[in-house]
Amino acid sequence: MTTTTEAASTPGPTRRPLWRRLLGFNLLTAVILAVVGYYLGWLLGHHIGGPSYKYESEANENDVALMLAYTGAVVGFLVGLGFANYPVSRLFGRPASLREKEEEGIGRYFGLCTDHKVVGIQYLVGIGVFFFIGGLNAMLIRLELLHDTPTVVGPNQYLTIVGIHGSMMMGMMTSGILGPFANYFVPIMIGARRMAFPRIEALTFWLLMAAGFVLMSTIFFGGFPTGWTGYEPLNDQAVMGMDSYIMFFALVGISMTLLGLNMIATIITMRAPGLTWSRLPIFVWSVFATSALMVLAAPTLISTLLMAALDRSINTSFYVAGGGGSSYLFQNLFWFFGHPEVYILALPGFGIILELLPVFTRKPLWGYRLAISGMLGVSLMSFFVWQHHLFVSGINADLRPFYMLSTEIISIPTGFIFLCFMGTMWKARTTFSVPMLFCMGWAFNFLIGGASGVVLSDAPTDTTLHGSFFVMAHFHYTIMGGLVFSFFAAIYYWVPKMLGLTFNEMLGKAHFWLMFIAFNSTFMPLFALGMAGMPRRVSSYAPELKGLNVWVSISAFVLGFSMLIFLYNVVYSLIFVRKRAEANPWRSKSMEWQVPTPVPIENFPPGPIPSFDFDPYDYGVPPSPGGGAQPAPAGA
Amino acid sequence: MSEPNHARRFATLWIVSTIIALPIVLLWVGPLLGPPEGSVQAGDQATTMTVMALIATPVLLLVVLFLIYATIFFRQAPGAVLEGPAVRGDARIQTTWIIVTSLMVLSIAIYGSVELVGGNGVGSGSGPTPLTSPSGHKVRVQVIGQQWAWTYRWPEYGGVETPHLVLPVNENIELNVTSLDVIHSLWIYQLGVKADANPDVNNIAYVKPTHEQTFEVRCAELCGIWHGAMFDHGKVVSDAAFQKWIAAMQVKFAPATKALPPFSLTYLPEPTRRGG
Repeated sequence: MTTTTEAASTPGPTRRPLWRRLLGFNLLTAVILAVVGYYLGWLLGHHIGGPSYKYESEANENDVALMLAYTGAVVGFLVGLGFANYPVSRLFGRPASLREKEEEGIGRYFGLCTDHKVVGIQYLVGIGVFFFIGGLNAMLIRLELLHDTPTVVGPNQYLTIVGIHGSMMMGMMTSGILGPFANYFVPIMIGARRMAFPRIEALTFWLLMAAGFVLMSTIFFGGFPTGWTGYEPLNDQAVMGMDSYIMFFALVGISMTLLGLNMIATIITMRAPGLTWSRLPIFVWSVFATSALMVLAAPTLISTLLMAALDRSINTSFYVAGGGGSSYLFQNLFWFFGHPEVYILALPGFGIILELLPVFTRKPLWGYRLAISGMLGVSLMSFFVWQHHLFVSGINADLRPFYMLSTEIISIPTGFIFLCFMGTMWKARTTFSVPMLFCMGWAFNFLIGGASGVVLSDAPTDTTLHGSFFVMAHFHYTIMGGLVFSFFAAIYYWVPKMLGLTFNEMLGKAHFWLMFIAFNSTFMPLFALGMAGMPRRVSSYAPELKGLNVWVSISAFVLGFSMLIFLYNVVYSLIFVRKRAEANPWRSKSMEWQVPTPVPIENFPPGPIPSFDFDPYDYGVPPSPGGGAQPAPAGA
Repeated sequence: MSEPNHARRFATLWIVSTIIALPIVLLWVGPLLGPPEGSVQAGDQATTMTVMALIATPVLLLVVLFLIYATIFFRQAPGAVLEGPAVRGDARIQTTWIIVTSLMVLSIAIYGSVELVGGNGVGSGSGPTPLTSPSGHKVRVQVIGQQWAWTYRWPEYGGVETPHLVLPVNENIELNVTSLDVIHSLWIYQLGVKADANPDVNNIAYVKPTHEQTFEVRCAELCGIWHGAMFDHGKVVSDAAFQKWIAAMQVKFAPATKALPPFSLTYLPEPTRRGG
C-alpha cells in the first residue's frame, strides 16, 4: 500500500512566498507547458508534413501539424499538472507519494489532487461549465431555427454549433454522473478510503477538461460539418476543425476507459467487510454496469477515430471508397461504440433515481434484484443493437429483423426499472422535495423517450422517422429527460453533503417546474415535426413547419431561462446565504450520510473499516397481519 | 383512518381510461401519424404507427396515471415523518410484468419483421441485394446523390440523366440509390421512401405510388453545409404522361447523355484533394 512512500508529501511548516508557490506543478505551469507543447507539435508537424508532402501549401492546412500540436498540448498540460512526477520519480528509484495535495486548502481544487472527494467536486464544476456551454449552443441552434432560411449564422457556423452542442453533450456528459457523484460517493458507499487508482481518477478529470478545450478550439480551425457522429467521408473532406473533433472524442474515450476501469477495480476490490454484492447500494450497481460499458465500448471509439485521423493526416483510406475503403466501416464501428454510449448516459440515471426513491418514499427499494438484472440486462443488450442506427443504410439489410428484435428486447430490462419505480412508490409516504420532483420528472420523460424508442426500433416506421426530428425528440427525452433530470436530482440531493450547504427550496422548485414544463413544451412538438418531414441538422426547412419551430424555439429559450434560475440558486444559496445543511436532511440511511460533513480525508476514522452488514434501504415498517401499513415514528 | 383499496381503485381507473383512450387513439390520433399515404409503402408505415400507438397507449396510461395517483394519494402528510410499508417486492407481480412485457415486445418484433420482409423493405433502403422484391415489371431509376443535389438516371431509357424525378403511378419502382461523394440519404416523404446514398454502394428501395401527386425529395443525412437546401420536388403522373415526359427528356438531354459515363450501379468519382 502506501507505507513506504508517504513521507514525501508532508507540506512545509511555513508558507512559501507567492512566486515560489507559482513555480511548481500547478495549473499555471500546466497552461504554459500546454502552449509550449502545442507549438512544438506544430513545428514538428510542419517539419514532417510540410508543403512538399501534401496540399498544405494550397489550402494552408496541415492535419499532421494540428494533431501533433494537440498531442503536445495535452501532454504538456498533464506534465505541468504533475502527472509525470510519480512515474519519473519511481523510474529513478526515488521515493514518491502515491497521493498529492490532499491536505491543502482551496488550492487543491485547482490542480492534480488524488482525493476522490476533491475530484468529485472538480468534476461537478468542470462538467457543469461545459454543460452550460453546450446548452448555449442549443440556444443558438433554436435562434437560427426561428426562421426557415439561414439568417443569424451561416450554414457552416450552424453546423459547427450543432456539432459542438452534440459532441459537448455526448462527450462531456458521459461522465456527468460518474464523474462528480460516483467519484465522490462510491468509495464512501462501499466503505473505502479512496479509489483503487487515485492518480488515474485525477487523470480522467484533467483529460476531460483538456478534451473540452480541444473541442472548443475547433472554431479557430474552421469548425466541423459532421455533427457529433462525424460520419465519413464527410469527415475526411472537412477542414482542419475536424481534427479538433477527432482529438476531442479520442481524449473523451481515453478518459471514459480509465474512469470505467477505476470504478470496476474499486467496486470489486475495495468493498468493506460484510458488504456483499447483494447488499451493494443500487447506485453502485448502476455505476458498475456503466463502467463495464465504458471499458468495453470506448476503446472502439478510440481506434475508430485513430483510423479517421490516419485517413486525414497521412492519407490512408480506411473510410474512403475511392481508395478501397468503405464509408460503412465508420458508421458500423461508430455505432458499436455509439449505442452503448447512450446507455452509458442513461444507466447512472437509473441508479440515481432508484437510490433516491426509497429515501423520499420512506420505503425499501422494491424489487432490488429485479432492478439489478434490469441494469445488467440493459448493459449486455446494448452491445447487440447498434445497427438499428443503420436500418436504411443498406448495410446488412437482411439482418434487420434481428436488430429489430434485439432493440425491442432491450425495452424489457428498461421496463424493470419502471416496475421498481412504481413498486417503490406504491402506498409510500412520499415527500416531494426538489430531488424527488426531479425523480418524478425523470419517470415521465424517460417513459416518453422509451416508448418513442420502441416506435423507432421498428424498421418499417423507422423508414420515415430515421434522421428526422422525431429521432432528435426521442434521444433528447432519454438523455436530457433522463440523464439531465437525474443529474439535477443528484445535485439537489447530494450537494448539501458535498459542500455542507443547502439550496433554496423555493428556487429549486421553481427551477424544476419551469424546466419540466419547458422541456416538454420544447421536445414534444419535435415528434410532430419529425412526423411532418423535417430532417435533422438543417438550417433551412419547409416554410409550412415554421409555426411549430417558432413555438419550439420560444420553449427552448424558457428552458434555457430555467437553467438561469438554477445558476441563480447556486450563486444565491451557496455563495451568499451559505446556510449550513443539516447532517442528514433527507433522513437517509445510506452510508454517505452517516459520515461527518465535511467528509474527513480518509472518509472513515483510522483503524479497520467496520463491517458493512446493514441494509441501506432499511426504511418502512413491516406490514401488520391485517394488511396496510401502520403509521410509525421514523426509524422505528 | 382505514386506507381505501388502492389496488382496485387504480386498476379500475387504468382500465376505464384505456377503454376511453383506445378509440380516440385509433380514430383521431392514428390518422395523424405517419407520412401522407402517397404509396403502398407509406400507407403500411402509417398503419404500423397506428398499431404502435395502440400498443403504447395502455403502457403510457399505466405509468402516467400511476405517477398522478401516487402524487395525490401516497404523499407524506405535511410535517409528518411517517414510514411506508416495508415491502421489498412481489414475485407474482414481477413475473407477470416480465411475461407481459416480453410478449408485447415479441409480438411487435414479429409484426415488424413480417411487414418488413413481406413488404419488400417497406420503402427502406435494403442494400444491393434485397431479400425480396416485388414480382412483375419494375421501373428502374438510379438516384445519384452528390453535394448538394439529386440527379436521376434511367437505365431503361438510354441511360438519360434528369435533374428532377417523375414517376408513373401504380407501378413498382426500383430506386437504386448511390452517391458520388459523401453519405446522403434519399427521403421521399410523401412516398415513405428512405435510403442512404453511400459512395460505392447500390442501395435498393422499392416503392409503388398509389395516386398522382407532387412529392418532396430531401436529404436526410448530414452531408455538408447545404444539407438543408438539398431538396427538390417531384411528381407522380399517369403512365402515358410519364412516357411522354421521359421521351422528351431523352431528346432534351441527348448531348449530355453521350458525355456521361456508361450506366453502372455505382460510380467512383475522381479522388478528392485528400486522395493524393
